Amino acid sequence: MIDTSPSLALVLAIVVLITVGVYLLLERSLTRVLLGFIAMSNGINLLFLVAGGAAGGAPITGQTAPEDMSDPLPQFMILTAIVLTMGISAFLLAMAYRSWQLNRHDEVQDDLEDRRVARRAAADLAAFEDSDTEVTTTLDEDAASAHDEMGGDRS
Amino acid sequence: MLLLLAAHLVVALGAPLLVQWLGRRAFLVMALAPASAAAWALSWTSEVMAGDGPVEVVQWVPALDMELAFRLDTLSWLMVLMVGGVGALVLVYCSRYFSATAGGLGRFGGVLVAFAGVMLGLVVTDDMLLLYTFWELTTVFSYLLIGHYAERKASRRAAMQAIILTTAGGLAMLVGIVLLGETTGTYRISEVVALASEGGGIPAGTTTTLATVAVVLLLAGAATKSALVPLHFWLPAAMAAPTPVSAYLHAAAMVKAGVYLVARFAPGFGELGVWRGIVIVLGCGTLVVGGYRALRQNDLKLILAFGTVSQLGLLVLLVGLGSRAAALAGLAMLGAHAMFKASLFLTVGVVDAATGTRDLRRLTGVGRELPITAAVGALSTASMIGLPPFAGYVAKEAALEAFVHDGGTAVGLFVLVSMVVGSTLTVAYGLRFWWGAFATKRTHATSDDATAPHAAAVAAGVAGDDGPLAIKHPPLVLVAPAAVLAVLGLVLALTPEVGEGLLAPHADTYPGDPGHLVLWAGFSPALALTVVILTVGALMFWARARVEGWQARVRIPWDADRGYRRGMRRLDELAGDVTAVTQRGSLPFYLGTILLVLVGLAITTLAAGTTLPGADGVRLWDSPVQLVAGLLAGGAMILAANARRRLKAVVLAGISGYAVAYLFLLHGAPDLALTQVLVETIMLVIFVLVLRRLPAYFSVRPLAASRWVRLAIGLTVGLTVGALALIVPGARIHPPVSVDFAEEAYVFGGGKNVVNVALVDIRAWDTVGEISVLLAAATGVASLIFLRRRGGELQRADDAADGTRVWAGDVPDPMHVLRVRDAGRAEGASEAELGLGGSTRRARPRTEWLRGGRTLAPQRRSIIFEIATRLLFHSMIMYALFLLFAGHNAPGGGFGAGLVVGIALIVRYLAGGRYELTEAAPIHPGLLLGTGLFLSAGVGLLALLAGGSVLQSLIIEVTVPLLGDIKLVTSLFFDMGVFLLVVGLVLDVLRSLGSEVDRHGEAQDGDPETEHPEGEDRATADAPYGAAPDEHLGAEVQR
Repeated sequence: MIDTSPSLALVLAIVVLITVGVYLLLERSLTRVLLGFIAMSNGINLLFLVAGGAAGGAPITGQTAPEDMSDPLPQFMILTAIVLTMGISAFLLAMAYRSWQLNRHDEVQDDLEDRRVARRAAADLAAFEDSDTEVTTTLDEDAASAHDEMGGDRS
Repeated sequence: MLLLLAAHLVVALGAPLLVQWLGRRAFLVMALAPASAAAWALSWTSEVMAGDGPVEVVQWVPALDMELAFRLDTLSWLMVLMVGGVGALVLVYCSRYFSATAGGLGRFGGVLVAFAGVMLGLVVTDDMLLLYTFWELTTVFSYLLIGHYAERKASRRAAMQAIILTTAGGLAMLVGIVLLGETTGTYRISEVVALASEGGGIPAGTTTTLATVAVVLLLAGAATKSALVPLHFWLPAAMAAPTPVSAYLHAAAMVKAGVYLVARFAPGFGELGVWRGIVIVLGCGTLVVGGYRALRQNDLKLILAFGTVSQLGLLVLLVGLGSRAAALAGLAMLGAHAMFKASLFLTVGVVDAATGTRDLRRLTGVGRELPITAAVGALSTASMIGLPPFAGYVAKEAALEAFVHDGGTAVGLFVLVSMVVGSTLTVAYGLRFWWGAFATKRTHATSDDATAPHAAAVAAGVAGDDGPLAIKHPPLVLVAPAAVLAVLGLVLALTPEVGEGLLAPHADTYPGDPGHLVLWAGFSPALALTVVILTVGALMFWARARVEGWQARVRIPWDADRGYRRGMRRLDELAGDVTAVTQRGSLPFYLGTILLVLVGLAITTLAAGTTLPGADGVRLWDSPVQLVAGLLAGGAMILAANARRRLKAVVLAGISGYAVAYLFLLHGAPDLALTQVLVETIMLVIFVLVLRRLPAYFSVRPLAASRWVRLAIGLTVGLTVGALALIVPGARIHPPVSVDFAEEAYVFGGGKNVVNVALVDIRAWDTVGEISVLLAAATGVASLIFLRRRGGELQRADDAADGTRVWAGDVPDPMHVLRVRDAGRAEGASEAELGLGGSTRRARPRTEWLRGGRTLAPQRRSIIFEIATRLLFHSMIMYALFLLFAGHNAPGGGFGAGLVVGIALIVRYLAGGRYELTEAAPIHPGLLLGTGLFLSAGVGLLALLAGGSVLQSLIIEVTVPLLGDIKLVTSLFFDMGVFLLVVGLVLDVLRSLGSEVDRHGEAQDGDPETEHPEGEDRATADAPYGAAPDEHLGAEVQR
């Protein structure tokens, strides 16, 4: 079994990174949200590292004896996570730019439709209009108006 | 049986084509599908009677115990005959009923045949889950058929009502099925019923409570499907469907599914008190309420619809009571009802087609004009009201006999009285129906005005005149199906002992004394009751004016239909309120909620089962440097969070990232460190590219309170994750799966770098998924920035217009005067070159280091940077290739190599602008992305050819002269794919956030009046807000 006792230095870094990350993530400016996202990713990547056990040599056969290697399992998970974070960050940046292009700021606004629903609920109005649920006719009238496209001819 | 189902499916799918070729005659071809089902059932008659009908079982989902199990027993045989026989006749009827020009016939025919198919499946399957599947399919097809005239509000509403009610019932039934299936350990209907029958209603393995709940849920499904009180109102509303649909689905087939279910399970559960209670209350209630309402209707279809409701109540009562004699009567009634009710609906269709109305106050003299139709109607009506010697009489007589037999108890007396009242009502509305449809009478204009004030308006609205009806004579094909059913009702009744022989095997599975089907049973109490029923019913018909007047005066306070609508409205309101509370539309609110839930779950789990490790369970650090790097990573991020200037925040975050890379290195993860450093570098550049367009400072947000809340949430989450980090490593009780990775990587993956081999081999599938995400992200970036076409055109340096000045901006150019002189000289030189070499290319100064350099604004050029780039670029590419090929055995690999190429491209872009970027990579990034994904995922398939599994590595060792032994591992191609994809990603991002944003900026600087960079942009940009429904709300949010 490898030594799994966590390193306090790493745990401290994780706590700080996640705390700051969440603090920034709850902002409205997309740039800061993005910075928070990156900080959180770094923190979570370190968490993977801690979960993998103590530090060791590079996991390369021939360079390090297998028993001295650091655990490779979290490493390849982190590796793709790093690159994915880059891809997602680029996407968020493009969104921030687009938001600036449209609104001259990069702040996330409240959703208009949600606000409308909330306003209507507060005023005790129907959330939507649906003419199909408004029943103004009786069963008899409906029946009288229902006619098929009939032939019934001898042709 | 699967073959029959497949045949229905084929015909259903081919229906639109058939209708296109043959017009409405296509229905005759479609009729073959249900007809084949009926013929198949008939061919098995003797085997079924002997108790060894065909059985078919095909394994479907063994893990879920789902089988395609079918069998044909007596009950199924009867149902198949009804479904197939009536289905075929209705389809024949359709071929003349609809006008040749009617729209949507292809779809209609297809859905109708598909319905016939799933109904067939429903009645022959022996698997409860399959039964449920078919059950819900019938609901869906019924929805489509009721809503056939989708442009009519009434049709849409009726269809919606039907599907909501029957699906709700179906879901309840599913829960009941799962309860039964899981507790008994089998989903076979036959086995469950056998178990229940042995246990007196409680199958082995099930408790009384569970059995009770399951039975209630099953009956809920049956009650909604068979339109029992109080959920009966969807059936009359469903009369909005075309009349053939009413005849088939809502009289003969679909609504019988509930009766079928009851008949199927009654032999097992009939002795349970709750089963009997529900069946008696719902059955009797429906029988009487349906009959009462039927008496009040003026539309012929509505009379029949309420009549069907009433009869369904009777059927459920008969087959559900759990007595052998009643069950036999019920089965006979099931068949008789299918014949007479379908026939009556078809007759109404004939009358409707001939006269254009179904209002019995307007119809007169139809019987005189259409004697055959009237005769058919009379035969069917006689069967319905139980006149001897018709099928309805035989069945009803047997039912009375059975009930009289049980009439000694209070419950038995109640059932008997309900039966007599319901039958009397049936006689009354049956006579009124035939009279209304065919009799010659004075129409409402002279007699009925007083009693029905709105009727005149309705009738006028439909026909527009009160003159005598114009009656068209229908073709024989239109009347024939109804006639066949009506005559069948008479013929079968004349030989009741044959019917008894056919139906008794199922009735015999019920407990109790056997009943009999006979035409004449001598003078008995039942006969006396029949006489009473017929006499009182006839009297009620005779005094119909008085009955109608009385019914109009009686007010019933409770209307199930209105209750349903109110309920739906309340549900909508509730949904709106819940949405208003939970969907606040605020991203921070949502994220905060998600994070706090995470904290809540994690803390509960941690507190419940774990403790923090003691002092000996942790280490201060792996090495002291780790603490320094950790402090740097955290500290830089804290400063970044406090920075007001965007650039400062980004640079500090970058420092934090580099520190994390160092932590990776210290931990023994060189691959991670390499990747992290490269990614941080690229991110920094991309950030700067975007930040140059955004305001320099973050906007001021003075809400201090919310900042403390955010900090509190941040700390909570941070500390929770910290606790996880302390506890999780100690929770490990097994050796890690990666313990043998080093050896496996070398033996099977052919590489020494375990991390890289893992990426391209051990978990290659995951990597494929992840690079797909990268591809999507790159595409997303490009589509957010390039609004017109993804990626735009490749513009190389030669495509740049003369006088292009990239990045000119408003930076002053103090050297301008000097450059004008230079330019003059250069032009002279170019003319000379042209004369000498005849080159068509534009001349350029001999000392050009980067081709894109001259497209830059002169004051932006840096010759030193250009020279350095020229010298560095190829070295970087070589380094990247080294990383790519060495990655299998040393730190590196496709990700790292791709990122290095990305940085090389960034350098070219920064030194020479966007034209230089295209010079460096004159290729569309989409091509790189696509090729990369293909190489990674596509080449993985090659291993299949070599007999391996997908993405398996092959190791090929060859000896090449001079080079020596070469070991080629096929996962190298996978890594190349990753490499290309990462290059594509960086290139795409650079072209979008670099080149295209440059262009936006230039367009804007050139035309300061324009709010948005380009015309097209503005159109796209304004649309969402221009079209916003609530303009003032938008303003409100802005404030």
